[in-house]
Amino acid sequence: MMTETGSKKVLCELPKSRLPVESPLCPGCQHGVIGRILSEVIDDLGIQGDTICIAGVGCHAMMLFTTNVDFVQALHGRAPSIGTGVKRGLNGKKIVFTVQGDGDLASIGMGDMIHAAIRGEELTIIFCNNSVYGTTGGQMAPTTLVGQPTATTPNGRQYETAGFPVHIAELMATFPGVAYSARCAVNSLGEYAKTKKALKAAFQKQIDGVGFSIVEILSACPPALKRNPVKAVQWIQEHMMAEFPLGEFKNVDEIRPAYTLKES
Amino acid sequence: MGKKILLSGNEAIGYGAIYAECTHYFGYPITPQNEVIEFFAREFPKIGRSFLQADSEVSSINLVAGAAAAGVRAMTTTSSTAFSLMQEGLSAMAAMEVPCVVVDVQRGGPGAGSTQHAQMDYFIATRGSHGDYFNIVLAPFSVQETFEVIQLAFHLADKYRHPVIVLTDGILGQMEESVDLKTVEFEPLPEKDWAATGSAERGLKRNFVHNSPGILGFMTGDTYRSNMERCYDRYNKIKASEVLYQTKDLDDAEIILVSYGSTARVTARAQSEARAEGLKVGMIRPITLWPFPRDLIREYAEKVKGFIVVEDTMGQMVEDVKCAVAEKTEVHLVGFLDRHLPTSTGMILPDTVLSRVKALV
Repeated sequence: MMTETGSKKVLCELPKSRLPVESPLCPGCQHGVIGRILSEVIDDLGIQGDTICIAGVGCHAMMLFTTNVDFVQALHGRAPSIGTGVKRGLNGKKIVFTVQGDGDLASIGMGDMIHAAIRGEELTIIFCNNSVYGTTGGQMAPTTLVGQPTATTPNGRQYETAGFPVHIAELMATFPGVAYSARCAVNSLGEYAKTKKALKAAFQKQIDGVGFSIVEILSACPPALKRNPVKAVQWIQEHMMAEFPLGEFKNVDEIRPAYTLKES
Repeated sequence: MGKKILLSGNEAIGYGAIYAECTHYFGYPITPQNEVIEFFAREFPKIGRSFLQADSEVSSINLVAGAAAAGVRAMTTTSSTAFSLMQEGLSAMAAMEVPCVVVDVQRGGPGAGSTQHAQMDYFIATRGSHGDYFNIVLAPFSVQETFEVIQLAFHLADKYRHPVIVLTDGILGQMEESVDLKTVEFEPLPEKDWAATGSAERGLKRNFVHNSPGILGFMTGDTYRSNMERCYDRYNKIKASEVLYQTKDLDDAEIILVSYGSTARVTARAQSEARAEGLKVGMIRPITLWPFPRDLIREYAEKVKGFIVVEDTMGQMVEDVKCAVAEKTEVHLVGFLDRHLPTSTGMILPDTVLSRVKALV
């Protein structure tokens, strides 16, 4: 609803679980958009007071300044283990999610995430994939595109020496403990709506006690991409989406083992 | 008087945790502490408590940190090489100001060292890893004391919102003794109103547990400086009020033996044999390695001919004794090189300690 406050027009109210503070993120950084969707989903599901967020280390963690839920800050990469400790510590009764970036989740924390998925841990992971280490100045991440210049691949990522971008959403879909895995983007209103739907589905898997859920979201980092905000989003559309297809890779209502040993 | 049963030192860790109302255990197999993780896997589910085998010790400590941040009594156990893997997590938990208990059933080092006993983790336990913090370190010397010290560890962890390390070793872990099972009583503890449990019960006023006092301290009303001052006020309070030790025959002692953990058993034998031979020998057994009984040792530094530190290392605790003595008397080491065998099964024997005492007399 449009309201007037002094000379400013309020086009859109903040979600209830979004704190009324300025975002510390860079202009054009799409992590802020993801944060807003997160708050909308928390509000829609009515889980604000029963939710604990585990923040990773990186720009994505700035959501801790703006999202009004209980927080535990994890060491770099360890959010899924901290989250498991919180979830089990509270006897599975609360909603626990992590917010992690590509360096935090796909590099230093790959093992923690995969083992949480192997256990079918009832956790939700929001994975902000901006293809670089943003906080530390734009170095290569595991999701950096082949050929993409970064602070540590000045001539572009060479697959012969630095390997290939890792596809987390597809990878996680292969684990029996995973109930939901999707990749989304926030480059348009349409994708915004799909991301919100995916996040809601992921949280619902946890609420229903099905298993592990993860939503990978492509996010623009204008300073690291050395582009203005509009061109950074165009870059996501042209290049990141060429490497990382959007879509739902897993959506099941029950997780079960392929084989169970039964000895008499 | 509780129930008396025969337990190994490793099992006593498990019983101590049960009696301390620890509800969450996370761990990873490593020799010589495997009986501990197996105990928890077997016994915790029976009484409705939570056991999880972690994918690494890096995960173990972070799982503990998560459960501790949620306000429950959580612990892990490990041995030397993997205790190293937990150091970043322990530093983080000191910064998070969350309680936990970590037991290090020491084996030999450096590196993978040996799977047998040693006391080479004194420095890493008492000094910790990066950043300004101190672990509270408790070192039992018997199976009974292991059982009791675990309960004390949980109490101190909650009282000071800080990790507590219990340092045992391969000998203490594997040996069996009769244990009187009884709950140790402590003063009441404050509510964990800081824990991340969901803000509904607080009218949506959120709790915020972080490990970056110089980055996020302002979120909880601190500057970096006020955070460090507050933490150091706490460390000073621990130093002033939590030092624990056992002494024997100090009054007329000319030589004082200082020893902890399983080695203290050997040293105690040597001390009583020395007394039987009429030698004026006393003994100090630190139970808290941090805070270290520095004042007690300093008090005797001017009265005795010398100290002999008996520890199964090339010399670690001896540095703390030297620091306390401040060059007022001699400090000698009976250590790793005094083992009776050059292999990993070698041990410091009472006769070796006794002969060193006689040499100093």
